[in-house]
Amino acid sequence: MKLSKPKFEIERDPARCVECGVCVNQCANRVHDWDPYDENILSEDINCVGCQRCVHLCPTRALKVLPFASRTREHGLWTSNVINEIHLQADSGGILLAGMGNSRRQTVYWDQILLNASQVTNPSIDPLREPMELKTFLGRKPPLSRGNGEFADQIYPQLELEVPVMFAAMSFGSVSLNVHKSLAQAASNQHTYWNTGEGGLHSEVREFRNRAIVQVASGRFGVSSEYLEDGAAIEIKIGQGAKPGIGGHLPGEKVTGEVARTRRIPPGSDAISPAPHHDIYSIEDLSQLVYSLKEATAYRKPVAVKIAAVHNVAAICSGMARAGADILVIDGYRGGSGATPLRVRNEVGIPIEFALAAVDSRLREEGIRNEVSLVASGGIRSSADAAKAIALGADAVYIGTAALVALGCHMCQSCYTGKCNWGIATVNPALTKRLNPEVGACRAENLLQAWKHELAEFLGGMGMNAIESLRGNRLMLRGVGLTERELKILGIKAVGE
Amino acid sequence: MLREGDIRIPSGCAIAALVNRKGEAFEGTRIADCIAMMRDRSNGLGGGFAAYGIYPEMKHHYAVHVFFDGTPQRRGFEDLLRKHFQVISTGPIPTRRKTEIQNPPVIWRYFVAPDDDLLMEESVDQQEFIVSFMTRVNAEPNGAYIVSFGRNMGVFKGVGFPEDIADFYRLDEYQGYIWTAHGRFPTNTPGWWGGAHPFALMDTTVVHNGEISSYDANRRFIEMYGYRCSLQTDTEVIAYTFDLLCRRLGLSQAEAARVVAPPLWDEIALMEPKLADRLTRMRSVFGALLLNGPFSIVLAAPEGIMALNDRLKLRPMVAAEKGEFLAVASEEAAIRRVFPALDRVWSPAGGEPVWGRVGSVAPLTDSTACREGRHEFS
Amino acid sequence: MTTAIRRVKARSEFCMGCGLCRLACQVAHSAYPLNIVKAMKTGEKPVARMSVETSADGMDFRTVRCLHCEDPECIKTCISGAISRDEASGVVTINEQKCVGCWSCVIACPEGSIIGPGMGRSKAYKCDLCLSREVPACVAACPNAALLLVKEPAAGVVKSTNGEG
Repeated sequence: MKLSKPKFEIERDPARCVECGVCVNQCANRVHDWDPYDENILSEDINCVGCQRCVHLCPTRALKVLPFASRTREHGLWTSNVINEIHLQADSGGILLAGMGNSRRQTVYWDQILLNASQVTNPSIDPLREPMELKTFLGRKPPLSRGNGEFADQIYPQLELEVPVMFAAMSFGSVSLNVHKSLAQAASNQHTYWNTGEGGLHSEVREFRNRAIVQVASGRFGVSSEYLEDGAAIEIKIGQGAKPGIGGHLPGEKVTGEVARTRRIPPGSDAISPAPHHDIYSIEDLSQLVYSLKEATAYRKPVAVKIAAVHNVAAICSGMARAGADILVIDGYRGGSGATPLRVRNEVGIPIEFALAAVDSRLREEGIRNEVSLVASGGIRSSADAAKAIALGADAVYIGTAALVALGCHMCQSCYTGKCNWGIATVNPALTKRLNPEVGACRAENLLQAWKHELAEFLGGMGMNAIESLRGNRLMLRGVGLTERELKILGIKAVGE
Repeated sequence: MLREGDIRIPSGCAIAALVNRKGEAFEGTRIADCIAMMRDRSNGLGGGFAAYGIYPEMKHHYAVHVFFDGTPQRRGFEDLLRKHFQVISTGPIPTRRKTEIQNPPVIWRYFVAPDDDLLMEESVDQQEFIVSFMTRVNAEPNGAYIVSFGRNMGVFKGVGFPEDIADFYRLDEYQGYIWTAHGRFPTNTPGWWGGAHPFALMDTTVVHNGEISSYDANRRFIEMYGYRCSLQTDTEVIAYTFDLLCRRLGLSQAEAARVVAPPLWDEIALMEPKLADRLTRMRSVFGALLLNGPFSIVLAAPEGIMALNDRLKLRPMVAAEKGEFLAVASEEAAIRRVFPALDRVWSPAGGEPVWGRVGSVAPLTDSTACREGRHEFS
Repeated sequence: MTTAIRRVKARSEFCMGCGLCRLACQVAHSAYPLNIVKAMKTGEKPVARMSVETSADGMDFRTVRCLHCEDPECIKTCISGAISRDEASGVVTINEQKCVGCWSCVIACPEGSIIGPGMGRSKAYKCDLCLSREVPACVAACPNAALLLVKEPAAGVVKSTNGEG
């Protein structure tokens, strides 16, 4: 007897249901079924993952998907969720899987930080009348030294962004090709960048390669000299916030023809990314890889290194900067993934707010902050989170989950099943066509546009007209409901100070 | 009550500068009259002046102006001074009693020369030595505050309306060829003389009107290169910025102006490619030194002054010429108080510097001021 | 209300087989075009003039619709002269009064897009391109932009048989 329980229950209003069958044909989990004998639709709650596809598409709004009402007896420690998880493990003997990012009910530190505005002593600037400059350069900058006024003797390659928000790494295989097409088009139109993730660069998105950051992860999927040459920048992925310290596993079922070809592996084989890069066992090994990639591309492309935010992130980033990384990417514990063990997702890693503040401060203490760029990611939900990240010290942010939500994701967190009803986290052709890349590109571009305008409003409100003036400007932030220690680490004052 | 330096106090202000471009000295009453005309811009909680060419007989020695909490602190400082420099002469700065000027500190002046043996031992150059000495003294709670440390120049400042400060310091008895002035309207009551402006670093002084919204971004950048923004004022960070860019990195003042008030990206896109490329690279490397928010500043050095507005011109600044004189002030009325009839008067555009170069003065190698002809931008 | 040629273009690579187009067609041609529930639950079920097909492997979907051919087979075979084509817009419609329910057009249509009599219907029904609406109901309802309204047909396209128009 299996003990796992439904997570959701379906409520169907018979007065509104017109038996059109849309819910039946749209649910990849076979929750709804047409019963030809009784001529009505039955719903099998146990299969429901709560993706809201049927609710959204039902033309008469006849459906509700609610949390399964039946609960175990209240207990502060042994909650229904905890009990259900143990039942699942007893049923299966396996690691509990999850999708997306850390779901724990922990303080969201962005919500405890408030932004400033100018009043009286210096004027706010009207973004409708004055240009608001959000242009950002990512890449190495030369150390400052005297020399005939030619301060930039060595010119390092830069990425030029018109908005300090980029699309985070999500591999083809964990997401569909239509997702890549949507994000790549939107990034191109808005003059920012998208990241291929560790699944390689598919030929149908190669036209967007000049805005693509190509990733070199531990499995080295898709990596060839052409791949490296194609990218605008190369990102060595050491880790990600959703699963710090462990590798990745794309099950063979998801490694279809297209996925296999793009990753350069046999179809049907499991795509396993090992936990460490097996040629990076210490900082000097990282330096070796960084420079190998630079040599392979004749030093024409910035090389980024992405890590998960862990306890000694400040020291690690300092090492990375000195190892030759031009851009340091830090992924906080709220970062998402298509498949990660639930426990690792929820219990390993630290919030990006602290990691970012610690790294920015440490690099400044060492006098090298200006020589590298910092990109923060992991649960950036809005332009406000982005603005606060910039004020804490980031040059730009990556958005992953937010981008997918813009494309239609409803955070059911079942990406690992490959049955994404929104056509996002799947490679099943019946499902992937549900995301029309024209529509997706429009939505993703709308998101960037909207955030651009909001960032302009924030800047103007603070009396600034250039994003450089917000970068690392901790005096524009105040903490509310934070402890002394937290305030100190973030390097910000408390509200009222 | 938190002291200047413990808390960041935004303030409104008035600024003024008078330059005799032939290098001929004139009495301090003119600048006092000029700034007095702008009394309403201050609230009596700070005023100050920088003067150049006031110690012609001692022009090869460094004039050091210092505030002390009391005589014991003065003696402590003098011991330290003697360890690091040859002290040529000492004495209090002559002042006049005024009811408007309350609780002044002990104010002394020293003329010193660097100790060459000591310099060789520490193997630093003269300027670095003086800058680090001044920074160290001012950062420590030793009851002494060095107001200015430069050759043939000095800063006179305190808590009070600028015209009263001028009278207090007997500026009518001095003759200088460059005078700058500042009147303050702080939004707190610091009550501490060291917090008034101008701010001096070596023989470069800065007066500033406005509030830099990018202050913390600028400060956290500049502090990577050895500076300590102990006063938490915009003026201090501006002075350090120009010191880093000009004295240490070798940029001209014009280039430095292009760093702190760069053209907009839209404007750069329309420029000729080589210039556009250079400005783009400068902005990508020095973006953290962009001064955002309203400002009008006058940077003064023995060779002359540079006046600059933020690129959106959010603070007033008027410039004028009368014969060999160049005048800059927050208001035209203040200039006309000194020169009722003017040859030319104009409002400089945002981001475009106004230069008041003094022809007859040979550039001293250790100043942060303009270098002729190199990398000038049109 | 159209003077220009009007067509619905389908891009089956984006068709996800949801059937919302078919439902919208039904409702638009019912007694309650603005209220889905009333349209579907009051009296006779309205007739959809299009349908959605799924491929054998369940991976591909497409609509089955009238393509409003330039030289329609249905008009040639209609024994009562009930079907006509408007010169200006190119839209082919069945005049219900004249239709005798003979099934000739249903068999003749190369698309199989005409709904024949049966199941309580005595007439044939077909797509009328929703001339009384600004945008055809199916186009408006498609959640994935698989159906588009075009004002002029692409050259040489109207006679294709795979639903691409």
